[in-house]
Amino acid sequence: MDAPTWETINEGDELPELHKTPTVTDLVRYSAGSGDFNPLHHDYDFPQSKAIGTIIVHGRYKYAAMGEMVSNWLQHGGRIRKISCQYRGMDFPDKPLVIQGRVASKSEDNGEKLVNLHLWTLNEDGKKTTPGWVTVVFPD
Amino acid sequence: MAEAFELTDEMKAAIGSESAPWTYEVTTTSVRAFARGVGYTDPVYFDREAAHAAGYRDIPAPPTYLGTAVFIPGRSHDIFSGPVENQPSVHHGLENVLDGGTETEYFEQVCAGDTLTGVTRVASLDVRESKAIGKMLIATTEMTYTNQEGRKVAAQRSQVIFY
Repeated sequence: MDAPTWETINEGDELPELHKTPTVTDLVRYSAGSGDFNPLHHDYDFPQSKAIGTIIVHGRYKYAAMGEMVSNWLQHGGRIRKISCQYRGMDFPDKPLVIQGRVASKSEDNGEKLVNLHLWTLNEDGKKTTPGWVTVVFPD
Repeated sequence: MAEAFELTDEMKAAIGSESAPWTYEVTTTSVRAFARGVGYTDPVYFDREAAHAAGYRDIPAPPTYLGTAVFIPGRSHDIFSGPVENQPSVHHGLENVLDGGTETEYFEQVCAGDTLTGVTRVASLDVRESKAIGKMLIATTEMTYTNQEGRKVAAQRSQVIFY
């Protein structure tokens, strides 16, 4: 697929989905890459994991997956100005997680070509556990 | 769960306090390890030639790279890897921690080879109650990153939930 350009993007456009089913090993890889070794993401015997009933996916793994989804879509044709998300629900290893999103708005501000995206993670129960928002700047 | 948790004057006094600066060398190895951890397959995040071909001066840090720690034993947190030296501290006594939300704003592209200086400030402390975990403390911190040329390249706001 061609990289999106300012001219071809329309409000309401759906972005290509990113499918992830992070295994425990994937979470360990994320821990190693980020430096976050919270046992809640790899140790089933950690007290907080026991209280929750399992280990959970790093919130920031989901945040990073949103970044990956947008990066894959942009193919380096636009630049992320702002990226945010809220970790409203937990996700678990070996469960499918789909990153979805759409173009929320398109605007020119002080000569800058801006596109706002609304993203979310969808779990296997159809729940949006992590809503996110991204602002992309396109070149002139 | 903390039934009776409330903000003390001592905790409130931490709002607005800032950390000492901490140096973050953004290296090719660190960027690749982060990109691998996320699951990227885009060669731009691994290969310098691919990065150059895509218009970057070096391998770019992926969108949510900031927050990646530079660990130094004794000066960094043993588990979370961030600096513990001269950091603003809130003595809340709560044991459990969850991430609440993250926002990163970029003013410039960060690439391997950059040396960033990070300063963290406690932006706010709030107490809220949820059905699942009861009373919780939500600490919002703001980290600003300045590059080797003295320009502010990014700001990151993080919400951490303690319960």
